[in-house]
Parts: sequence; C-alpha cells; structure tokens
Amino acid sequence: MADYKWPPMDKRRVMGKRIARLDGPMKSSGRAKYPSDMNRSDLLFGALLTSPHAHAKVTGIDLTAAKAIKGVTAIRVISGPGTEIQWAGTEVAAVSAVTEEIARDAVKAIKVTYEVLPHLVKEDNLAKVGARAKAAGEQVTGDPDKAFAEAEAKTAGDYGIPVITHCCLEPHGSVVAWGKDKIDFWPSTQAVSTVGGDLAKMLELPATQVHVDCQYMGGGFGAKFPADRWGAEAARLSKESGGRPVKMFLDRATELTIAGVRPSHFAKIKVAGKKDGTITGWQSESWATGGIGGGGMAPLPYVFTNIPNRRMNHTQVSLNTGPARAWRAPNHPQASFLTCAAITDFADAIKMDPYEVFFKNAAVSARPETYRKQLAKAAELIDWKKKYTHGAQKTGTLRRGLGIGIATWGGAGHASKCKITIHPDGTVEVELGSQDIGTATRTCITQVAAETLGLPMSGVKVKLGDNSYPPSGPSGGSTTIGGVSSSTRKAAVNALEKLFEKVAPSLGVTPDQLEADDSRVVVKGNPAKAMSWKQACQKMGPTPISEMGENEPRTAAREGLNTQGASGIQMAEVEVDIETGVVRIIEVVAVQDCGLVVNPKTAESQVAGAMIMSVCSALMEERITDQTTGRVLNADMEFYKLAGLPDVGKLTVHMDITPEHDARGIIGLGEPCAIGGIAAIANAAANALGVRVPMVPLTPERVLAALANRRNA
Amino acid sequence: MENFEYANPTTVKEALSLLTAGAEVLAGGTDLLSLMKDDVHKPKRLVNIKNIKALGGIAKTGGNIRIGATVTLDELASNQLIRAAYPSLVQAALGVTSPQIRNMGTVGGDLCQRPRCWYFRSGNGLLNKSLVENGENKYHAIFGSGSAHFVSASSLGPALVALGATVKIAGADGKTKDVPAGQFFKAPAAEGEREITLASNEIVTEILVPAPPTKNATYEVRHKQALDWPLATASVALRMAGTKVTSASITLGHVGPTPVRATEAEKMLVGQTITADSAEKAGAAAVAGAQPLSQNAYKVQLAKVAVKRALLTAAGVKAV
Repeated sequence: MADYKWPPMDKRRVMGKRIARLDGPMKSSGRAKYPSDMNRSDLLFGALLTSPHAHAKVTGIDLTAAKAIKGVTAIRVISGPGTEIQWAGTEVAAVSAVTEEIARDAVKAIKVTYEVLPHLVKEDNLAKVGARAKAAGEQVTGDPDKAFAEAEAKTAGDYGIPVITHCCLEPHGSVVAWGKDKIDFWPSTQAVSTVGGDLAKMLELPATQVHVDCQYMGGGFGAKFPADRWGAEAARLSKESGGRPVKMFLDRATELTIAGVRPSHFAKIKVAGKKDGTITGWQSESWATGGIGGGGMAPLPYVFTNIPNRRMNHTQVSLNTGPARAWRAPNHPQASFLTCAAITDFADAIKMDPYEVFFKNAAVSARPETYRKQLAKAAELIDWKKKYTHGAQKTGTLRRGLGIGIATWGGAGHASKCKITIHPDGTVEVELGSQDIGTATRTCITQVAAETLGLPMSGVKVKLGDNSYPPSGPSGGSTTIGGVSSSTRKAAVNALEKLFEKVAPSLGVTPDQLEADDSRVVVKGNPAKAMSWKQACQKMGPTPISEMGENEPRTAAREGLNTQGASGIQMAEVEVDIETGVVRIIEVVAVQDCGLVVNPKTAESQVAGAMIMSVCSALMEERITDQTTGRVLNADMEFYKLAGLPDVGKLTVHMDITPEHDARGIIGLGEPCAIGGIAAIANAAANALGVRVPMVPLTPERVLAALANRRNA
Repeated sequence: MENFEYANPTTVKEALSLLTAGAEVLAGGTDLLSLMKDDVHKPKRLVNIKNIKALGGIAKTGGNIRIGATVTLDELASNQLIRAAYPSLVQAALGVTSPQIRNMGTVGGDLCQRPRCWYFRSGNGLLNKSLVENGENKYHAIFGSGSAHFVSASSLGPALVALGATVKIAGADGKTKDVPAGQFFKAPAAEGEREITLASNEIVTEILVPAPPTKNATYEVRHKQALDWPLATASVALRMAGTKVTSASITLGHVGPTPVRATEAEKMLVGQTITADSAEKAGAAAVAGAQPLSQNAYKVQLAKVAVKRALLTAAGVKAV
C-alpha cells in the first residue's frame, strides 16, 4: 500500500508555511462572484411573503391583485389555508417577477387572512413559560447530595446566554434555473456535494438533475446546509416562468428572523468543593430554547466532565420563534460560558485565583496536561500573574479584570474524495466537491497538493464548489480541513505512483526509488539523477493520469492523516466603566491546538474571526423579541449589535504547534476557537466588577444592575 | 418601497415649489431611504436639496456662525471655525462613528431624522404607548411626554440647544423664520404629528450658532464604540468668569422625545467652580425628574454620568 503519511515537520516545503489566501485579492477587489452576485440577463427576482404573526392559522389567501401586476411571472402559495404557522417570518407565498421592485410590490398585493393564536416568544423567566416547558430528564453521577453536604465551600449562581442568530453577511438564498434537462442551482451553501440532492428530494426529481455551483459564499456558520424552502420555491418559480433563472435571497429582516439561531441557555448552577480549589460536586438546573422544537441541554459540566458528583436537570422550552440551526460549535459556547462562569465564581468565593482553580481541576478533564500547558501559555501571553487581582480589591471608575474560557471539540475529517489529474504538459488539476466557506480551504488544499507533488503553489489548480466533482462532506463541525487534506494527499500520492511508473524506466530505476521534489522527479538519495517535472510528465504519453484519493472517517484515525480532539484556552482582559456599565475589550488571547496546522497564517485568521464573534456575543449580540407582537424587534444591523473595529480590542492568537500535536495529524479548527471567548470576556468583567453579571451580552443595563445588586446586598 | 418622483432643484425657491402634498426633502438620505424601504414613509416625490448651493457652507455672519443645512457631519467636524469654538458640535458629530454616514449625513438631516423606536420603525406608530410600556423599552425615554416614549435621534440637537442656536426655516410663502433650537423639537400629541416644528412644505436652510465664546462639550454614552445610537448624551455650554460659572446651559439627548433642558442643574451651577463634586450634583439634579419605564432605569444613571462628564470635559478637567 502506498505511504500516505505526512512528510516530517522539518521537511515540509509548502505545508505549515504562512501563505496568504489565494483568493484574497479576488474577494477584496470584488471580482469573486458570490451566488448573490449572479446576474444573468434573463434573471427574475424572487420575493417571499412571510407571516406577521408568531402563531396563527392561515384562513385564506387571495392572489388576484398580485397576479394582475405586470411583470409578475409566477406566484406560489407555500402555506395554504389551514396551515398552522409557528413563528413570525414563516414563508406563506413566493413571487417571481422581472424586477425586484415588482416582486416586492406583488408580495404586498397578496391578501392573507389569519386566525391568530396565542404565542410565546420569551423564555428568560422559566416561571412564565407555563406549559411550554418540558422536562428533559435528570442525570446523576456519584452522590451529589453527600458532596454538597460535606463540602468545605459551596457557591450558587444564575447564568444566561440568549438566542443569537448567524447574521451571515451574504444572506441565505440562491439563484436557480429550471432547464429542460437539468436544474442549475447556485446556492450560498456550506454543502456543495449534498445540497443538490436535498433540492432534488424537495422537488421530487432524480439527484442527477441538479447541478450545483458555489465558488464563494458569504458566511454560513452552520446555517447553510439545506437547499431550504426558499431554494425549492425559487426552483418552482423558475419552472413556472419558463425556466428563467430566479434569484431569491432573504432580506436582512427575514435572514435574522427565520434563517437559524443559536439556542439560548440558562442555568442555576451550584458548585461544591474544597478550600484548596478541588471541585467535588456540580448541580445544574438548566433550560433552553431553539424555537418551537425546544432546546437540548448543552454539555454540562463542560470540559470538567469528571467532577465526581453531578446532578443535571434540564428543561426544554418551546417558543414561537424562528428555528435553531447549527451555530459554530453547537451548544459549546453556551456550555463553556455557563461552566467557566460557575467555576470562576467558586474560585472567587474561596478567594483563589481562578487560574489556579482551572489548572487544578484540569485533572477532571479529558486532557489535563494539554489544558495545563495551554493555561500556562495563555497566562504568559496576557501576563496573568502580574495583572490578576481579586475583584474585591479593585478601585476607581475604570476597572480592569481577567477571565478564562475553555474549549474542547472533535474535528475529525469528514468523508471526502479528491481527483487529481496530471496532464502531459505538467499541469495539475485537483477536483473536490467541497467548498471554501471563507476558511481558506482552497489555499490549504493547494498547499497539500503542491507539497505532495513537489510543485510550487502555482503548479496546482484546485477546483471546488461544483457537485460534478468527487463528493466531499458539508463544511460543518470543523470536519473540512481534515477531510479534504487527507483525500488530496492520498490522490496526489496515488497520482505520483502512476507517474513514477511511467518515468522510472527512463531513469533506469524502479518506481519506488523515485520522489517528487522541487519541480523535479528525483532518484532518492541521488539528487543528480533526476528529470524536471515537465520532462517527467511528457513520459506519460497523450493520456493524462487521473487518480482518486479518499478520506474515510472510519479508517482515517488508523491512517494518521487526520484525527480529532482539539483543546483551547482563551483569556481576556477587559476594562469596565463602573459608572456607565460599558465594557471595553483590552485584549483577548487564544491558545489553540488543532494537530498538524496546514497554514498557520489562515489558521490564525480563522481564530481571530472566532474571537471577534465571541466579542460580539459576549458584549452585544442578542435577538430581542416582543411578547405582544410576537416579532423580532431587532432584525436589522442597527439594533442587532455586532462589534465594529473599535470594539474588538487586541487579539493575540497562539497556535499550539508542537511536534506532539503535529504527530496527531490534522484536526479541525473552526469550532474549537469559537467556544471559549465568551466565557473569558464574561469572567474578565466579573473580575473587574467584583460581581457576576449573570447574563451575557454584557450590556450597560445588565452591568449596572449587577453593581446595584451588590450594593444592595 | 413605493414608487416616487425625483426632483432636483437648484434654488430654495424651486425646492419649496416642489414640496407639494406627499413630497419629502432628501438630503443625505441616510435615514429617509431606510424609512422608505421599511414602508414607514411613502413619499410621492423626493426633492433633493443637495444641489442647492445656498444651503451649503460654514461661515461667520455678524455675531453668529452660519452652518448650511446640507453641510455634512464630516464637514462640520473638520471645519476650523467649528473646531476652534464648538467642541460640543465636533464631539457630537464624531459620535456618529461611521465615516460613511458622516460623509453623507447632513446637519439639517440630523435635526429632521425620525426616531429609531423599533415599534415605530416596524409600522406600529410613533405613540404606541401600550406596546412600549408593556414591551421592550430599554432604549426608550426616561423623560417621556404623554404617549411619546420614543427618544429624539438627533446627535447635534442637544449641542445646538445648549449653545442657544437658531434654526432658520424657509416656508412656501417665501418667508423665512427663525426658530430657537430648543423649540424646533417637540413631543407630538397625536399620531401623525411630527416631532419637529417643520411643516411638510418647509425646509431647514441653516443653523445659526451664537459666537460669544463658551466652554462647551458633549459626552455620549454608547454601548458600542463603533456606530451605535447613544444611550444618553449631555451637551453643556458654560459662560465663565475666571473659574466661576456665570451661566450654564445643559441639554440631555436620547432620553426624551426632544432634547431635554436641565434647568435645575443649570441654576445650581451658577457661581460654582466645576469640580467632580459640583458636576456630580448637577448630574443628579439633571435627572431628578426622570420617569423611567420598566426596562430603562439604567438610563437615569447614564444621563447623570453624561452630564457630569460633559461638564468636566467643558471645564478642562479629566472626566474619567
């Protein structure tokens, strides 16, 4: 069997190098065409009519006036009379027209009558949700009652993290053309190889009839896997409009209302332990919502999974709000915030530096030594030991504090197939039905192929974003880099073997004596005996060499190209104005391992992006619903607040690149770096204030209320 | 958005003649276009006033500084006359922390923009007392007036009121009138009424800021440092004799349907030196009459701090 293993760290020429993303200039200059940039001359525009009510039954739809509007090409009813609508923003009808304005006018002209039903859109106060609460069971390990009865120290706290949305820069949507023999589908997607089949299923067509093309996409974060109702309706509108392409993208308000949310998570948490910081008991009563389907329990206690005595109760709350979708590290940021806040409060109560408490209790995590090393590194980078003081000791109007957040994630590579073609002229094509969701997948695959084939980056052409290429899994769960790197490596090794078979006779050696290096095919141990890559490729005759490589998750760990299990520590320093409650980020530090790092530069960029998301979530981001109207009030970019550059502070990223981590193979990065930041920032604010702000985001009103509570206590 | 006519006059007279029923004035458009997209405003005609030269420019005229209505926030903040004498205006303009909006948004537009109340913007009216009182009111008024719980969105309003500026308005009959900035804003009593004293067939042509020097400053409390609406603002203008205040003008922003004058605090400061203590007391006096809603009591504290910090900044004392 061919030897696929990664070249040793010190022998890599292209992998492991800080290479700027190949499509950076295309993106920054606007030449990269996203699905929402598709503007064919015969394009039609689609628009959705959505429900203004959070819970209602459709009783009638009158399309007469809309149909009479000149320029309307098709109208489709999505939620016909009798349909029970469970959240505001639900799609009721769709229109296509020759201009966007006409499509929107036609939507307004559709008359829908509803029987309005009672709704619930808020869950922060569990006592007020009534029958919408559903107990999700109790989990008990050890003897928590005894642990709490005998504990030297106990703390109890309330914590909450609200529903937030994905807020993709490019909203959800697609352009679709229903052709005679096939459907051309240009979705903004995280799932090039599977989204076509999804659309075909919704349209009851063979999967072979859908061609997917998505070269660039403007953010998904877990919300852009399916073809979606609006994709299928765009296709049907196209069919009813004679096959003209229909562009249907959600507007910002709809995007923030129905295109996916991260579930909330609230918990009353009790921690028991010894005065030396050892945690012996955990009890949590949590509740969560992700919309009508409720919300499952986050993995509590997080990371510190082996606290010996634990009791967890969870309640799911069903709301009439837009449904949950995977949100970068599903349930982990919530779990990290709840757990790290409770542990920090325990440390505060026993007057111990939380660093020491985290360090000590790493013993009850799955990877004690990794976390301890990362804690030490992060502390060094943020100068923890010099800066940390207990919250109660702080004075002045502007108070600084430090906090810790912790992360764990799997991140093994997904199923992926790669085809590499070496042409007789020496050019190389790499084809995968994968996608670059902004993480530099294109660049990293190019690095792997170039490394393996002994070529420069420019010697390899990577093609993605098309479902006619060999299939790769969706980009979710940090599975892409492991999957596509492994399949590319194997395809490249397989292609080289074929090339060596053709070349070996000319060099008078056997194929196994050859290697590819520096754009040459060389006899191992005899660098003088070689031929250029171009000369070597001429030996293959007129037919290109084309070989496949496959990453198969069940056997990948054995092969060692990719594996799972990433750990990360983030620390934050914040400054709180105790008169205004405004929290400012001074610095966030991330120490993150992800096994073998293909490209440290783009990896750091990905971590920095995740840290910015954490700043948003910790300080600003929150979906605000109105109980009376049942609607989202801040479905815009004005009051759905995200950090701007002045809000971000200094970001310090340390990729934990060591021979030990490298030897594990590639591990995904997207999720793990998006977990610990919220906890770190919230804990830093608690340290600055000397009091816990129970709920993020840390808005001025919440910070001031926490300070007032402390004064009144 | 509904269809509309677009008119491009080059004189005020022509513009006024175009402001027939259903027409609206377009300057920077940073607010109006979003109102139109949300179907909150449905003008039949937009009258673009940016090509009217007479409405531009900043200059000394007599005892005043004249600021044309179409002067952008960026022009205002970078103008030497303004920078030399009116830090409160510069600070207020720079509080709009988006270069794009400062480049497009105008002084007149800042005064005439509609409130950001999310119930208003989602088509539930400006005076929907019940929705606001029973709903999400953390950004609403602590100095409400009747059913008006929204807050004035103007960034420059509090500073102009504190500086004693005058708003010049041209009317359909060709006549102009001078309205003190403090009277330009009003709390509407009925749905459909505007929150400014500008009729639909009138245009703000210029702002006159009195020249006598004062120590002045604006302090905004914003949740975000990047573009974000202030949670509370205070603008102050102080006349001084040595270190003693001879007269004070203090105006709060984003806490009521109009900029709110803090007359008690103003009186209290006369004869005083501005210190952390006197500024703190003035802040407390400024919010004494506040009547917060269910979720916005924190804004009382923010308004108080804004007054204190604006006073200290104006007096050249470190505010934080």
